[in-house]
Amino acid sequence: MNLTLHVWRQANAAAPGRMERYDARNVSEDMSFLEMLDVVNEQLIAESKEPIAFEHDCREGICGSCGFMVNGVAHGPQRGTTVCQLHMRHFKDGEELYLEPWRATAFPVLKDLVVDRGALDRIIAAGGYVSVRTGSAPDGNAISVPKEAADISMDAAACIGCGACVAACPNAAAALFTGAKISHLGTLPQGQAERSRRALRMVEQLSLEDFGACTNIGECEAACPKQIPIEMIARMNHDHLKAAWQTRGARKSGGGE
Amino acid sequence: MSTAALAPPNSARSLFSSVIVKKAIMAATGAALYLFVTVHLLGNLQVFLGPEAINTYAAKLKSIPEILWGARLGLLTLVGLHILTTIQLMKINSKARPVAYAKKANSASTAASRTMYLSGPTIAAFIVYHLLHLTVGSAHPQFSETDVYSNIVFGFRVWWVSAAYLVAMALLCTHLSHGVQSMFQSLGFNHPKHTPRIKKFAHAVGLIYFAGFASMPLAALSGFLPPFFERL
Repeated sequence: MNLTLHVWRQANAAAPGRMERYDARNVSEDMSFLEMLDVVNEQLIAESKEPIAFEHDCREGICGSCGFMVNGVAHGPQRGTTVCQLHMRHFKDGEELYLEPWRATAFPVLKDLVVDRGALDRIIAAGGYVSVRTGSAPDGNAISVPKEAADISMDAAACIGCGACVAACPNAAAALFTGAKISHLGTLPQGQAERSRRALRMVEQLSLEDFGACTNIGECEAACPKQIPIEMIARMNHDHLKAAWQTRGARKSGGGE
Repeated sequence: MSTAALAPPNSARSLFSSVIVKKAIMAATGAALYLFVTVHLLGNLQVFLGPEAINTYAAKLKSIPEILWGARLGLLTLVGLHILTTIQLMKINSKARPVAYAKKANSASTAASRTMYLSGPTIAAFIVYHLLHLTVGSAHPQFSETDVYSNIVFGFRVWWVSAAYLVAMALLCTHLSHGVQSMFQSLGFNHPKHTPRIKKFAHAVGLIYFAGFASMPLAALSGFLPPFFERL
């Protein structure tokens, strides 16, 4: 099949960008989307042109490196699929495709389709951890985990941090990402000690990074390649509101701090 | 242990600067205003019981000025908070995506949820007109302090007043069809079993309330509500 691509080209973070048109000829329907771009890039290199920069690593949909907008949909039209696992058989011969990087103040474009997602790492650093004691390994099953909690936590833990939720959100909010991380740890017994602080700090960081505010419209859930439900955002809201109410600040005296 | 990362957050600051607390304020004020809309609709549907029923009801509402003005100030505060918080959130959101997509598709969101910023201001403008029309009476051609029934009937007999009212009610009901379900999510309630029911309820609210509100101008325009000249 033959396709027409309109791709966002931007030399570096400071340079202005623009959409450019490319022809992708003789595309096999068995190719993944990234393999199709590889072929286009081979052609560009042969013509001594700058190849299209896009981020990728595992190409099996589990690392969270890849991702850009295909016709205004994060990771393209196939639900529950990263763009590296999206195959060309989902497109029609002669189709025109618009490829754009994730757009958010928090995600500055580094080059072409590559954005800096360091903001997500800083949200994790703000509270996405549990404290464990070092030393010998704990006994297995020493802490009982209710099945339901394990299930919810596992659903949330499926997040690969690709940023599609931010890209799809009309407000460029990182609510689904942050909600998934907060729910992943906060539903487990091992995550209780930091639960309040986690919900306050990660949400605070979310605003410091200039992400928008959630308006509960559900575009993130539809874009998420791991199909994480917006129930995780409600869980974050619950934890955050409870923590905001309960937090007492530093104790004036006593305590162990 | 380093306490830099674990220092407790400044509670007062994190409380009111938090986008989630702001959304909770939207939800709580929205919920209270939704209840008001419900009571207001039920009260006004008494117009179909005839002039006596609705005029007595209106007189009763106005009989204790402390309660009347308390309710009015309370409603004004709720609307004010709802709008103020919206403006704060809009400012945050407008900063979050400075470069728009050349192409953007909507995959899951409803038209109602995407048009909250349109329906909201329209409702606010309508409230001002509605108060001047049927509460203060300065925008009403034949306003009577005591005869609420004839105010409604004669007010709605002007076709463009009814048309504007229907448009405003359609937008109010779209606003409710998203708002009534969204408030649960904002306050942290989402459940795989209950949330789909809440969404159905919110959509039903939108449709039923619109039918209720629309019935009054349509009845006045079509002559179903008689003017009761003999009682004036």
